[in-house]
Amino acid sequence: MEYSSLQRQVAYMKKGLFDQGYLDEQFDELEELQDEASPNFVEEVVTLFFRDSSRLMANIEQALERCPQDFRRLDSYMHQLKGSTSSIGALRVKNECTKFREYCDQEHLDGCQRSFQKVKREHAVLKQKLESYFQLLRQIGPTERATRSGS
Amino acid sequence: MENLSASSRTEAFPVGLRVLVVDDDPTWLKILEKMLRKCSYEVTTCGLARFALEMLRERKDHFDIVISDVNMPDMDGFKLLEHVGLEMDLPVIMMSIDGETSRVMKGVQHGACDYLLKPVRMKELKNIWQHVYRKKMQEVKEIEGHDINEDIQIRNEFEDFEDRHVLNGTDMNSMRKRKDVDNKEHADQEFTDPATVKKARVVWSVDLHQKFVNAVNQIGFDKVGPKKILDLMNVPGLTRENVASHLQKYRLYLSRLQKQNEGRNFGGNMQSDFSSKDVTANFDLHSSTQMQQNGASSKYIYTNQKIPAQVIVPDGCADDFKNVVSLQVMDSKQALLSDVSDSQKVNSVSQLGVLLSFKEMMPIVDMKPLEPAISRHQSWNGGIPVMQFMQYPKHNHKRCSLLEDYSCLPKPDQEHQVFADHVHTPPSVISVTCNTEDDMCSVSELKPVHTNQKSSHIKPISPVPFMTNPVSVQVDSGLSNTQDYSGLSNTQDFGATCGKDGSTNQKDHYNDQTCSGWIPPPLQLSLTNETDLVSLPEQLQLCSLQGIGCFENVGLNNMEIFQYNDSTSAIEVHGNWYDSLEFNCDYLYDSADYPIVDECLFA
Repeated sequence: MEYSSLQRQVAYMKKGLFDQGYLDEQFDELEELQDEASPNFVEEVVTLFFRDSSRLMANIEQALERCPQDFRRLDSYMHQLKGSTSSIGALRVKNECTKFREYCDQEHLDGCQRSFQKVKREHAVLKQKLESYFQLLRQIGPTERATRSGS
Repeated sequence: MENLSASSRTEAFPVGLRVLVVDDDPTWLKILEKMLRKCSYEVTTCGLARFALEMLRERKDHFDIVISDVNMPDMDGFKLLEHVGLEMDLPVIMMSIDGETSRVMKGVQHGACDYLLKPVRMKELKNIWQHVYRKKMQEVKEIEGHDINEDIQIRNEFEDFEDRHVLNGTDMNSMRKRKDVDNKEHADQEFTDPATVKKARVVWSVDLHQKFVNAVNQIGFDKVGPKKILDLMNVPGLTRENVASHLQKYRLYLSRLQKQNEGRNFGGNMQSDFSSKDVTANFDLHSSTQMQQNGASSKYIYTNQKIPAQVIVPDGCADDFKNVVSLQVMDSKQALLSDVSDSQKVNSVSQLGVLLSFKEMMPIVDMKPLEPAISRHQSWNGGIPVMQFMQYPKHNHKRCSLLEDYSCLPKPDQEHQVFADHVHTPPSVISVTCNTEDDMCSVSELKPVHTNQKSSHIKPISPVPFMTNPVSVQVDSGLSNTQDYSGLSNTQDFGATCGKDGSTNQKDHYNDQTCSGWIPPPLQLSLTNETDLVSLPEQLQLCSLQGIGCFENVGLNNMEIFQYNDSTSAIEVHGNWYDSLEFNCDYLYDSADYPIVDECLFA
């Protein structure tokens, strides 16, 4: 099958995201769920994820400022965030979340702070990358996308 | 709803399996919904456990299986699991990103029939029907063991079960109702006469459970035994096994409550000043309205399946609301909660009984340590929409009394999109919370003004002086639901509960629409202070939750209000609301909320 240049770009971008560990197979699962009934499913889910995770992260940020000793709360928030990252396969973010939780267990505030910065960074990077990815996808157009068959 | 799922119903089981998914994570909710739909199941999603419980209670026989996340802000997943087991006896599957053995074990101990690890794959969801089938078989066996004469019940049981998946566009409840025509109280499926009761499973109605509780209390909880309870209850047709299994669940429930109670400050028991005797409207929703029954001495709240005609009447309201209020606000600091019964908390939401499945479901906000719950239900009862809102005030907001909330209500001619200035407050539901009898009396004076309902279902309510309890009133004017609000949606099933009569069109309307369980309708006012409420102009239309009694005047045309759900902006709003809500819930700091909320709301 002939892939247009755009399609190849998309495929390449996606492969990069996987190879560099930004995404895992859950993302593939999402793409498989996309169908005629919900042609923009993946993008919708990702958008939803970023919106919700931003909220969760704001919670954590505030908690770190206001009640930094409350490790249980921090852990609980991070647990939520981690669960959320697993929904789209945001692997790197998820791993940072795990580290954060470890620091919570040790009640290592400094570690938590540093770890949280990393979480934020990974989150921002992923968001940017996925935005580019979807932008490219949109250029391809729906019909072409449909024939992409999970590249 | 039924119409929508008609096509799937004509196919063989497990196609059309009715699944309720509960998860606070909207992303997961959306994904799971999609996955389940691809499995040809009928999906209803819910973002809040309390909300889910209400839904389950209201439409008891509307679901086959429940899938729930373990970690949820408003209620522990295990708690939900217990409740479902205790009250509805549906198979429950737990989910979590945490796969530690101890957690999984806890799930199993609490009665989960399966425990899935996130990320959940579609192939895992494909087979969940086995749990439903297995349970049915177990029930049949149980019955077989009891009574030979119940052959007919067994047959019916299976028939019902299969029919449900085969029948086209039939409301199971109405079907059962037809079959149960012989039963004296078919509206309230009490297990009266085994010969005529078609459904083999014992339905623990409010009365029945109340008898059970009374018996238990009489005997003394430590000395209790199924046989003794059975004898005391003296209910014909009830078997020792029924009681035994119910007792087991009840024990589990209580032990968990006790653990919770240990740090709580409870007020006295709920006063039973009010009874639901005044139920006026015929809430003929099969769904049960939750009745809060205060056991003689127990503090648990038992919500039962069906309560015939459960309309919030002033008296009933008071009781309900009181319970609700107390339920939700666990924090003793809350002025609102004077008599908070821990157990009530759980069920009070359903107390409002008239769960209106509506597209707009108010989010239930849970604030730790308080567990506020906001739920908005609208019940359509024979053309009498009854709106119940339960609002859990934010921790340090003064609980808005109904009056308070009124102040924030928009003008009647305002269509949707009314945002309260205090966005920070979780969308309040107008709840009638009357703590005193006096208050309740005045409730009856409230009559929703029958204004043009087209635009909003908010009815003007004259300020009632009785509103002493801070309950945030939430006025939802429009339906917030719309096309895919990211996963926080209920399927058409939801619409089903709206209005039995004449509301069928609504159901259709809701077809293909997902109701956001917790997306506040475009019009949401959060009312926070009493003074505001007092100054509420009469023209303001309020969803008179309190109303419950007041809703009698509400006509069917109200239902139209719920039909609008297309505003895409609503989605945004909802999203934002959700955000703000959630954020508020999580955050105990007031000052932080405002800016954030505003941001969210107006983002």
